[in-house]
Amino acid sequence: MNKNSNTYQILYAAVMVLLVGTVLALIYMALKPKQNENIANDTRKQILSALHIAAPDDSKVKETYEKYIIQDLLVDREGNIVDSAKNVAFDVKMKKNVKLAERQLPVMKCKMDDGSIKYVLPMYGAGLWGPIWGYVAVNEDGNTIYGANFSHEGETPGLGARIADKDFQDEFVDKHLFQEGVYKGVVVLKKGLKSVTGAEQIDALTGATITSLGVSAMLEDCLTPYEAFLKKLGGGGGTQCTADADKSETNDNQPE
Amino acid sequence: MLSKKNKEALFNPLSKDNPVLVQILGICSALAVTASLEPAIVMGISVICVLAFSNVIISFLRKTIPTNIRIIVQLVVVAALVIIVQQVLIAYNYDVSKQLSVFIGLIITNCILMGRLEAFAMHNRPWPSFLDGIGNGLGYTIVLVIVAFFRELLGSGKLFGYQVVPQWCYDHGYENNGLMILAPMALITVGCIIWVHRAHNKELQED
Repeated sequence: MNKNSNTYQILYAAVMVLLVGTVLALIYMALKPKQNENIANDTRKQILSALHIAAPDDSKVKETYEKYIIQDLLVDREGNIVDSAKNVAFDVKMKKNVKLAERQLPVMKCKMDDGSIKYVLPMYGAGLWGPIWGYVAVNEDGNTIYGANFSHEGETPGLGARIADKDFQDEFVDKHLFQEGVYKGVVVLKKGLKSVTGAEQIDALTGATITSLGVSAMLEDCLTPYEAFLKKLGGGGGTQCTADADKSETNDNQPE
Repeated sequence: MLSKKNKEALFNPLSKDNPVLVQILGICSALAVTASLEPAIVMGISVICVLAFSNVIISFLRKTIPTNIRIIVQLVVVAALVIIVQQVLIAYNYDVSKQLSVFIGLIITNCILMGRLEAFAMHNRPWPSFLDGIGNGLGYTIVLVIVAFFRELLGSGKLFGYQVVPQWCYDHGYENNGLMILAPMALITVGCIIWVHRAHNKELQED
């Protein structure tokens, strides 16, 4: 058959596409259950990592997770618990741009080895190339950050991808969400700049401005709805807030 | 197994016919993944695998491929291989697949792949094509590793993520060069390597 005839070319292309398509679909279907399991385990690992817990090995991730996470909660913006069924928070599919009113606010309650209680708050946002997400563990006081973990889908290796590095995540430890009783959150800012709101700040990553800004926006977007919940836990203390309230307001006027 | 011609296919791309330094292919990914050594090496290994196997497949099919749509056929083969590698990794080695995620996409757009398929695999038997794929992949990896070595060392003071520049130097005023992390310095580093390489290989010098 003439290799350059139209019929041959069309047939060749059609057969090739069908063949490749079938093979890829079969491979995808065959591997899907295993992949889903891996993805769920990876999520568990990220949550544990925000709590500074490492599973002894990869086969024990689920066990370890179930040992430490004692309760899943869904809260509303007033800080009330609306649901506490098993895995209800774990199963929430985080999405971007969900209207505040429709948002489910998942919380994982964890009990550490020393008996202290931590709350893990999931978050989701946008980096430079794709989605970024993370987990912030907050102490029982609803104010101090115990640990954080961030992941991304496709940030540039060596630049934006460093949000997944320990160095960056460790900067969040012991930062406070409330300043003098007022919720401020935390911001990611270029070294040397001063936060205009008076929030505690984390140094942005060199060469990864957009990813750093993405993390900062994600923190604001996803943590702020928990304000009432954190306050109920005791965030902000409430003792020193009156005397120092003026000071925090003057910070607002600082130039960037 | 290794006749003179096959040896050339395997070893020429390492230096005299290096895909990055001489053919100036795959520059974009050489800039993107060389900020530190580890991703550079992972990228190199992935390219070696995909390049070797797509070369073999195209070489087997070479007599049946219609000339007019050969680029499309090559592209489909490369893309299919890359997707298979990616899916298998997600299922059986999730951690590595997470590191590779962005590189996998970059492999498809790597000019070396299409270049070798078009220039070599379309006209040669499977075994030499396989060697050519390995050789070119290695040639690419070597350059990536050299660039990444300098960028990670001067940019972050580390190698493979471990601190190698001692704290003592920082205490006495040494600073990491932030510019090394950014793409422009990768281009300049590649330029310097090409300079040194040409200086040593007189036959590559153009007038």
